[in-house]
Amino acid sequence: MSTGSSYPNERTTGGPLWRISEGIADFGAVVIRMIEGLGDMTLFAWSAILWMFSRLPRRDTLINNMYAIGVQSLPVVAIIGAFTGMVLAVQSYTQFRNFGLETQLGGVINKSMFRELGPVLAATMLAGRVGSAMAAELGTMRVTEQIDALSAMGANPIHYLVVPRFLSCLLLIPSLTIMAIFMGVVGGAFYCVQFLGIDYHHYSTNSQRFVENWDLFYGVAKSVVFGAVIGIISCYRGFNCLPGAEGVGRAATTAFVYSFVSIIILDLLLSIVLDHIYLAIWPVAPSLFGG
Amino acid sequence: MVAASPLIDLQSLTVRFGRQTVLRNVSISVPAGQTLAVIGESGCGKTVLLKTIIGLLQPTAGTVEFDGRQFGNLSERDVSAQRTRFGFVFQNAALFDSMTVAENILFPLKQHRASNDADQERSMHSLLTEVGLPNTVLKKYPAELSGGMRKRVGLARALIMRPEAVLYDEPTTGLDPIMSDVINELMMRTRDKFEVTSVIVTHDMNTARKVADRVVMLYPLNRLKPDESQILFDGPPSELDASTDRRVTQFIRGEAGDRMMELSEQAGG
Repeated sequence: MSTGSSYPNERTTGGPLWRISEGIADFGAVVIRMIEGLGDMTLFAWSAILWMFSRLPRRDTLINNMYAIGVQSLPVVAIIGAFTGMVLAVQSYTQFRNFGLETQLGGVINKSMFRELGPVLAATMLAGRVGSAMAAELGTMRVTEQIDALSAMGANPIHYLVVPRFLSCLLLIPSLTIMAIFMGVVGGAFYCVQFLGIDYHHYSTNSQRFVENWDLFYGVAKSVVFGAVIGIISCYRGFNCLPGAEGVGRAATTAFVYSFVSIIILDLLLSIVLDHIYLAIWPVAPSLFGG
Repeated sequence: MVAASPLIDLQSLTVRFGRQTVLRNVSISVPAGQTLAVIGESGCGKTVLLKTIIGLLQPTAGTVEFDGRQFGNLSERDVSAQRTRFGFVFQNAALFDSMTVAENILFPLKQHRASNDADQERSMHSLLTEVGLPNTVLKKYPAELSGGMRKRVGLARALIMRPEAVLYDEPTTGLDPIMSDVINELMMRTRDKFEVTSVIVTHDMNTARKVADRVVMLYPLNRLKPDESQILFDGPPSELDASTDRRVTQFIRGEAGDRMMELSEQAGG
């Protein structure tokens, strides 16, 4: 069977060279769109920061947002933190017991909770529970012209809608992170002492030996960056929501996905930077395995 | 006698979104006190025109002036102040879902700290009576109201700052004929009592004929020749029936006419 008659334009538009050039053009268009989007979001973030410093948001809007973002997230963050601490104990116990180091488990659990799992878990919860809800809420306001109505009444939508949400994320994520860390530490200790039979005195002594104030700073510093990114991405996706119910749904989903990917990438970068700072200040770090 | 300068003045206005031009070279001047109805098919740029007047959209070319000042030349603070001189009634009222009716109506006053609490309350109750709503709605949320009630709350919110111009976007869309006429009456009463300049974007010929002093008909650009004006009609509503342009007469009579054939051709590729 001849394919020539089926594709009459193949000679002019379907040749291999043409397909390659089309592929490159499509890829280029995607890259340009991504750069445009990133630039647009940076301007959006800049505008929110300028408004934050030029005029404080109304107290009632700020308190409402803080309650929704901080207080209502606490229980779920606490539960997840506690169970993560226990899971860490279960996963690490066998390996540590083989080396006779089970009393050191507290060091590993606490170090992981302070530096990594506490901030990442709190941020993931914030992105999932609050970020997507903010994107959906602002998206609905965009679709139903409520954001236009704000502008039409002489209010600045970024000042009125974005600044309180951004500030709430920024200010309350450290508390959520500390709660996740605390519950992780408690959960890990509880499981190790109650179910794995590790002596509490040794567990506690070793835990304290390896966790420093720096670790708390490390986790909280990461969380502040995560909170800022979640606030901006979620509000931006809501503000740039496409029309209709599908647009609102997509804004909520992309807000979570983009926030989560950003959290993971930033987690690596911040870990590298903070470790370099630590080593520059204190060149000899305490080790779990002596020395 | 020197003619009064227009309150709203659009000159050679062009608005483009990406590659799509929605308004091309449109010039309309609205003197203070006039009620202008902008009619035309869906997609002809009526709402874009309205949002450009208040500076929610920026013109690609041309100028938009309100009381001799262009939004583009104003600082953020002045834009905010200028917008308080407008009232905007949105198509679906655009009330804030998270606020009660009272909070919605008072929002502009609170935002601009325009008066003390007692005066604000007084203005709200007076406007509520004006738009024919009972005090019992004040504690309700927009989701608990009917379409007609939402529009009336939207009108009360638009009037609370005592604006000089009120812009209405499809004020009667989605309402039954009786409620549509209630809204028409309210627009006329608003014009007479508050002496506002009004621009009404509508498909509803009853509204255009009953409320407006002047009607402008826009036509979608994709069905115009490159050198044709986008304004097919500009005159008092009484002259609409005398128009010789078939597109105007088809629209005002609500006849599909050539449009049905065009759509069939488009669907057939």
